[in-house]
Amino acid sequence: MSFPLLTATAALPAIGAIVTAAVPAARSRSDGDGPRGSGTAKVVALLFSVATFVLAMTVLVRFEPGGARYQLTESYDWIPAFGVRYELGVDGIGVALIALTALLIPFVILAGWRDADHLENSSRRWRPTQGFFALILMVEAMVILSFEATDVFLFYLFFEAMLIPMYFLIGGFGDRASGTDEAQAATQRSYAAVKFLLYNLAGGLIMLAAVIGLYSVAGTFSLSEIAQARADGTLEMAASTEKWLFLGFFFAFAIKAPLWPLHTWLPNAMGEATAPVAVLITAVVDKVGTFAMLRFCLGLFPEASKWATPVVLVLALVSIIYGALLAVGQRDIKRLVAYASISHFGFIILGIFAMTSQGQSGATLYMVNHGLSTAALMLVAGFLISRRGSRLIADYGGVQKVAPVLAGTFLVGSLATLSLPGLAPFVSEFLVLVGTFTRYPVIGIIATVGIVLGALYTLVLYQRTMTGPVKPSVAKMPDLKVRELAVIGPLIALLLFLGVYPKPLTELVDPAVGHTLSDVQQKDPKPDVEAAK
Amino acid sequence: MNPVNYLYLAALLFTIGATGVVIRKNAIVVFMCVELMLNACNLSLVAFSRMHGNLDGQILAFFTMVVAAAEVVVGLAIIVSLFRARHSASVDDASLMKL
Amino acid sequence: MENLIALLVAAPLLGAAVLLLGGRRLDRAGHLLGTVMAAASFGLAVVLFTDMLGRAGDDRSLHQHLFSWIPVGGFQADVAFQLDQLSMTFVLLITGVGTLIHVYSIGYMEHDERRRRFFAYLNLFLAAMLLLVLADNYLLLYVGWEGVGVASYLLIGFWQHKPSAATAAKKAFLVNRVGDVGLSIAIMLMFTTFGTFAFGPVLTSTGETSEGKLTAIALMLLLAACGKSAQVPLQSWLGDAMEGPTPVSALIHAATMVTAGVYLITRSGAIFNAAPDAQTVVVVVGAVTLLFGAIVGCAKDDIKKALAGSTMSQIGYMVLAAGLGPIGYVFAIMHLVTHGFFKAGLFLGAGSVMHGMNDEVDMRKYGGLRKYMPVTFVTFGLGYLAIIGFPGLSGFWSKDKIIEAAFAKGGAEGWILGAVTLLGAALTAYYMTRVMLMTFFGEKRWQPDAEGNEPHPHESPKSMTIPMIVLAFGSVFAGGLFSLGDSFIKWLEPVTAFEHGHSPLSAAVVTSATVVVLLIGVGLAWLQYGRKPVPVVAPRGSLLTRAARRDLGQDDFNHVVLVRGGEHLTRSLVYVDHTLVDGVVNGTAASVGGLSGRLRKLQTGYARTYAVSMFGGTAVLIAATLLMRAV
Repeated sequence: MSFPLLTATAALPAIGAIVTAAVPAARSRSDGDGPRGSGTAKVVALLFSVATFVLAMTVLVRFEPGGARYQLTESYDWIPAFGVRYELGVDGIGVALIALTALLIPFVILAGWRDADHLENSSRRWRPTQGFFALILMVEAMVILSFEATDVFLFYLFFEAMLIPMYFLIGGFGDRASGTDEAQAATQRSYAAVKFLLYNLAGGLIMLAAVIGLYSVAGTFSLSEIAQARADGTLEMAASTEKWLFLGFFFAFAIKAPLWPLHTWLPNAMGEATAPVAVLITAVVDKVGTFAMLRFCLGLFPEASKWATPVVLVLALVSIIYGALLAVGQRDIKRLVAYASISHFGFIILGIFAMTSQGQSGATLYMVNHGLSTAALMLVAGFLISRRGSRLIADYGGVQKVAPVLAGTFLVGSLATLSLPGLAPFVSEFLVLVGTFTRYPVIGIIATVGIVLGALYTLVLYQRTMTGPVKPSVAKMPDLKVRELAVIGPLIALLLFLGVYPKPLTELVDPAVGHTLSDVQQKDPKPDVEAAK
Repeated sequence: MNPVNYLYLAALLFTIGATGVVIRKNAIVVFMCVELMLNACNLSLVAFSRMHGNLDGQILAFFTMVVAAAEVVVGLAIIVSLFRARHSASVDDASLMKL
Repeated sequence: MENLIALLVAAPLLGAAVLLLGGRRLDRAGHLLGTVMAAASFGLAVVLFTDMLGRAGDDRSLHQHLFSWIPVGGFQADVAFQLDQLSMTFVLLITGVGTLIHVYSIGYMEHDERRRRFFAYLNLFLAAMLLLVLADNYLLLYVGWEGVGVASYLLIGFWQHKPSAATAAKKAFLVNRVGDVGLSIAIMLMFTTFGTFAFGPVLTSTGETSEGKLTAIALMLLLAACGKSAQVPLQSWLGDAMEGPTPVSALIHAATMVTAGVYLITRSGAIFNAAPDAQTVVVVVGAVTLLFGAIVGCAKDDIKKALAGSTMSQIGYMVLAAGLGPIGYVFAIMHLVTHGFFKAGLFLGAGSVMHGMNDEVDMRKYGGLRKYMPVTFVTFGLGYLAIIGFPGLSGFWSKDKIIEAAFAKGGAEGWILGAVTLLGAALTAYYMTRVMLMTFFGEKRWQPDAEGNEPHPHESPKSMTIPMIVLAFGSVFAGGLFSLGDSFIKWLEPVTAFEHGHSPLSAAVVTSATVVVLLIGVGLAWLQYGRKPVPVVAPRGSLLTRAARRDLGQDDFNHVVLVRGGEHLTRSLVYVDHTLVDGVVNGTAASVGGLSGRLRKLQTGYARTYAVSMFGGTAVLIAATLLMRAV
């Protein structure tokens, strides 16, 4: 038996979480700027996340793009009575997203280095630093497992389980607020956390019903067995059953993704959480939703997917434009980024349901690139907010004069968010648009409105915070520190690299998309000139 | 005598017990009413045993008695400690279980 | 040789990267590095040019394939360059004028603490612009297209501490984005039609598809061109873009970037030729912008905004010419090049004037400057003569050809277009004479400002005057050189094709008409601004003047409909999101909460209540069981 690489990749952060949580509390709470124990916890967490990244890179290297659909597979019986198996395997899409997750977590940890410090001195809390970083690693483990699971039940388990650490991350750790604001901030935080949890649990429960329904129809939870049965023609699924099951799955994923009109939890959660946690939500956790649409909705219910396509496309289109317009109207930096993400998720879902190779490759690339670009923008925004202690756009102005590097990185993040050619998000956005346009020209054209609106909200944000006369409140703002540069520098470098040379990524994703397209029995439309011949 | 009459008696006893549980306030009386209900059950079990001509009902009656004995021990202990804490044996005083 | 093409782009790109990443350490040498990189690119361009001249006309196109960029299924985008005569013309113009403006900026930006970054952005612009003209497919062109947009955004907003500059930068980018949507839709249409968007296959297979598709593609390309080249209806950003430093206005918003639209139309000539309806639209856009820009230029008192109006109008000429098809492409490009010389020269002259006048831009506060700035006066004057089409100078040759080609369009259209171009020529003469007279002639009109500082007009340093002199040479001789033995036509013909138009009027008649309208324009301006003193405070003016000062109401329209309307829309959507969409969610949560609040009341805490409910429940169950039995 070969080394269980996939299990190891997911287990390492889980072990890391336990070890981090076990780091003993500081003996004295008042020496220096941070208790000793918490410093150790941070380093331990960072080391584990880096080690996970190394393992993820091993997965990436070991994976052969042109090979079997699911590779590095592992399979064990788990609950034989219900046919639940511990089955892992990755396709190109999964590998890309695992790599993204493992890449982002070290940056998230590094960016959130001091996010729990201000809680250390409050006596009622129990080792907040250890908790914060352990929870992040726990989320990472759950997310990686959901990208790996090829057993529907197993996937459902991790899909739901990741909500719990996320709930504590949102509800327990907020931005530093001063004095009287703290009570109000705590109320809003717990509102956001509860909303996040209940909203996603509601989706999860409906999905659970669909999972059970699927079992009663197919008699197995295994993706490969279901695919085999479908290929043999032994799978008997009535069209109406398929539609109901599809809806059950899709509803959960549409909440997680999130798709209009199921999006309202995201701005609250991203607004109240600290910037690194917000990145965790939108760049990592939400990707499970879109990923699952590709793997489970399209893979398990091809006919129902085609049946639902018109409605989904329209909802995605509404998301794109609605999210962008609302982003323009926001007064809070983090909520603005949240609405921008809703717009971007609209693009991803549009690409998935366009059912063309450009659309789906573009959507997968979009997941990766959106992770990078939002991380860049949100983390710099977090650095900015931590300096001034306010999330309101109106509290800033003229920052570029006092902190040019911060402003510069913020601008690059903004340009990435508006999909500037030369940066990675352009490649994916254009592919999604082209992929949509070849099959649904009108929808493709309407979606391009998102290009203009994207420029509007990012540049308005940049103009209001960074340009103009220097506001007194930001006059003494320090520029980026070395730790912060170490976070943002590599992200920008990667955005540039993938913008200029996305080929490694497209080659990884292409075959997987081919499989998904053959699941739904769709072929790319031929160009007119060829079609005429 | 017709064994069914025992069943009528059991039903009568059970009703008396149930009524007592619902309307009395004193914990000891309520407790005794519960015992009355249990014994009514026992009576009907034994009667069934006689009617069906096997020993199942009698065996079950013994079980009930054992359980009832254990229950008396625990129940009385609770009532005593309740009385110590509140200087009252009224069941209405112990209404903290509401939300 | 073809391996050198990438270096053209790489040199300024490297410069930009080094300057941006190098940080403060490079502050002292940054401007030199930037200039050297621009000059290196120009040197390379010259080498490639001489090599190209050494080969036969139809063998001059070079290709360089670097790597496969986005390969997804049938969608194959490459990073590959194509250097043919059309690209070469642009490369020489961009790197040549670009280098001169780098040199000029050394002096102009001397006292700016962020000069290093200015040069980084200029280098970035050069790289993007070269990418735009060297790309061998539309998607790579799109990269350059948006790249110049960003460089322009950064440079217009270079003085970000001024809210007006930041707003202007944002506006320019946004309006350009609207145009960019056109380009991306055009690329998507090409992909669905031809399965590719590389120049070669697309432009040679236009015959294989319907005219309707081609018209759609062409119109989308035109939308893109309108955005970048500030043509009606997307022209509103150019005037505001003058908030940027003057060298930027000269390089980006006069000589190079704004002409990218003309490049796009000319490059896509095959598509436009096969879509006559689209060509008509192009011509109309060009003609309308030509007059629009000229009218706005006549009314502005801000010297840079007057020149911006003029730029718009001159590009209108080029777009009009490009819309005429093979009879016009060559002249569009020729006018583009000569315009690049004289308009860059004019802007640099304006910058030199502002440099000496404490950054005053209101021409009503100039006057009589020829005595104080002789070099600026002479170079600006030569540029002025060139732009109004004074016989023998550059502008004369190129504009005259366009007017001829407009008449040659034939029929009523030809007459209308000819008349419009002639009217434009008269207006050009009028507004440029106005600028000239208000700035350099008459009495001095400047006064001490609020703090009592009186401007002391002086000639600019050598680093600024030398580029102006070089450009003045170009303004004088370029047109003549191009027309000598039709050399420019022969040079471009293999790429753009060329047909002689058959004008209903003979060339001599057109030329004399041009000269006559020119004299009328100059004369009118002299009557108004030369004969009598210019008032320092602008008179109220006629209705048309007032409208032209406000950009003929287009900005007001934008403000009311798009800005205000957009604000209302977003505000109401925020409200809807909060109350309606989120309201449903919170309402569900609240109703669940309310229901459980009611249910909670059943939990009284009295043991007997529970007992009663137990008995009741049991009774009901037993009754139900018996009832079921009975049934």
